[in-house]
Amino acid sequence: MNILFRQGRVLDPARGVDQVADVLIVDGCLQAIQPALELGCERPGELRQVDARGKWIVPGLVDMHVHLREPGEEYKETIASGTRAAVAGGYTAVACMPNTKPVNDNAAVTRFILERAREQGSCRVYPVGAISTGSAGESLAEFGELREAGVVAVSDDGRPVMNSLLMRRALEYAKIFDLLVISHAEDLHLSRGGLMNEGPISTAQGLQGIPNTAEEVMVARDLLLAEWTGSRLHIAHVSTAGSVRLIRDAKGRGVAVTAETAPHYFCLNDEALATFDPLYKVNPPLRRPADVEAIRQGLQDGTIDAVATDHAPHSSVEKDIEFEYAANGIIGLESALPLILDLVREGLLSASEAIAKVSCNPARILGIPAGVLVTGRPADLTVIDPEAAYTLDSQAFQSKSRNCPFHGRRVQGRVEMTLVQGRVVFGHRA
Amino acid sequence: MPFNRKDLLGIRDLEAHEIEHILDLAKSFKEINTRSIKKVPTLRGKTVVHLFYEPSTRTRTSFDIAAKRLSADTYSITASASSLVKGETFLDTLKNLEAMKPDVFIIRHSASGAPARMAQRTSAAVINAGDGMHEHPSQALLDMLTMREHKGRLEGLTVLIVGDIAHSRVARSNLWGLKKMGASVVLCGPTTLIPPQIERMGARVCRRPEEAIPDADVIMVLRLQKERQQQMLLPSLREYSMVFGINARRLEKAREDVVIMHPGPINRGVEISPEVADGPHSLILDQVTNGVAVRMALLYLLAQRAEDRGQRPE
Ligand SMILES: [Zn+2]
Repeated sequence: MNILFRQGRVLDPARGVDQVADVLIVDGCLQAIQPALELGCERPGELRQVDARGKWIVPGLVDMHVHLREPGEEYKETIASGTRAAVAGGYTAVACMPNTKPVNDNAAVTRFILERAREQGSCRVYPVGAISTGSAGESLAEFGELREAGVVAVSDDGRPVMNSLLMRRALEYAKIFDLLVISHAEDLHLSRGGLMNEGPISTAQGLQGIPNTAEEVMVARDLLLAEWTGSRLHIAHVSTAGSVRLIRDAKGRGVAVTAETAPHYFCLNDEALATFDPLYKVNPPLRRPADVEAIRQGLQDGTIDAVATDHAPHSSVEKDIEFEYAANGIIGLESALPLILDLVREGLLSASEAIAKVSCNPARILGIPAGVLVTGRPADLTVIDPEAAYTLDSQAFQSKSRNCPFHGRRVQGRVEMTLVQGRVVFGHRA
Repeated sequence: MPFNRKDLLGIRDLEAHEIEHILDLAKSFKEINTRSIKKVPTLRGKTVVHLFYEPSTRTRTSFDIAAKRLSADTYSITASASSLVKGETFLDTLKNLEAMKPDVFIIRHSASGAPARMAQRTSAAVINAGDGMHEHPSQALLDMLTMREHKGRLEGLTVLIVGDIAHSRVARSNLWGLKKMGASVVLCGPTTLIPPQIERMGARVCRRPEEAIPDADVIMVLRLQKERQQQMLLPSLREYSMVFGINARRLEKAREDVVIMHPGPINRGVEISPEVADGPHSLILDQVTNGVAVRMALLYLLAQRAEDRGQRPE
């Protein structure tokens, strides 16, 4: 099937394109992007024409931080359901964290994930391997073998690398394979027993707090180690004002650091915990309004390069229980886009900047061929109706899990269609 | 209607006039507790279920006596507070019990917020009998009743709470309540056990008990859990006792009419010295007596269906 999108607003931040144009896809590849395409003698057979007036046509979105739960916790999510959720949210590529069961610390697990994704996935899946064997924080995983098998980065996400020497070695050793090291920045001693952000709300609620410093001391440490070793470092899910400041300063000194945050860190604050609803329980925790403001500033000035969802599915068995015992995590794949578009409506980001945070920026950080519209290359793209207003309904999500605190929220901006390799893998049904 | 709520989850939710009403009602119930036959038929036919996820002999006994003196039928369930025992969540347990149509659940839970979550899922009344570090409303009410009895008022009193404020639901509930009733609250304890920004709840914080003892009308001493030492919050119980323990020497600077309270159970010789706990200023046993009266008032208010609320006890 060949497709011609007529008169959409093509937003391709990697190439600095923001113009109304026709987009032609033939045999799965992007054939042409032109202001007014004449279909002369080269008109392909069986052509579907789509009126894209008022719609945005953007590179397929890239989520550099998701948890697909397969292998091991298929009752929460599978590669099949997680990637269906991804394409419903406009994503055509996701990087999945290694904290599966077993941990993705060896080629066999990496190959399993890639094979499953090929057989059952709706979008491209880029596995992230573990930094340490079993993510236990004791010895380095085999980066060479992992790289060969297809991982694009290494991380012990879900837990930090507490041992500073191990983190130093990981940063040094990753250079051989040009692997990105992703840091889940948390000092487990400072966060121990913590259930929510430490501050006036944790005090009033009688919930053990997690101070901002639990994140910041590790961000600071990892920035120093990256500077010392000259290695590339990426900080996952930045949540505090202090982290933003540390990363901004490090970038100013020329440290090779990039950073991501998640929609809940620029949309929600810890006042939401007043109801003890475990839907708001996440790690790092939702912070104070001043932190939220700093995250937004960091997105605006480019300190924070990317928005990832940290899509973390959990079933009601982990979530609909006492706050204290509930699991940390929020699903994000099917709610992120409108929340990111809010930043455009609020004047914080231009449309191009917003799309860059979920396409070319994460693709560049991971070093994957995605996030840009290039003729002759496979057509991974997303069509967005920026005006469509609706209510987020987690019951209608493709994800197997329902732990979305944005359920019931009125939002604006909807994915109309998602294409992977020119194939329509998601289409909004009115 | 002076009190028209389905549940009592925390003092934070209450208005001053509701607190006043509960205390007045408790005062009238107190008289029943001095009769030779300490039983009235007020709640005959009502079912009260104690659902305790944390061991507590005192609070449960106090609620149980209160319910029985009002002629309610009581049942006691001790559950385990681990997240999943036999595959059943706390909400499953609640739904099961709910099917037996109780009128009131009295819930004690080690996890902050658990009674509030449960109250949303049941049509029965829920009384929070202490949840984690969050609230212990019946304790604060009995404390306020005791203070009011001995001081004649709450407004204008200065109440000093000494000890492990961070982990104390009693401190939080008292702070909310006393502020609403016009008292001033001073908190004192090791800085490691003062939760951040507690001043935003209306308290003043001081470093050493000496700073606040001379002005205090009431000194409330909190129990110090021995585990705090292992959590790097304290060097030793010995040092705690030296710096924060309430003893006769420290009380030399106190007002003559100061009263000493403690929610119990006490660690004699740690946070309070035996001569103070058993001394003339101590109201510790009055608190226990008032506990039954306050809990009778709460059961009376909450066990009534909305339509037959409002009648006074006979
Ligand atoms: Zn993480």
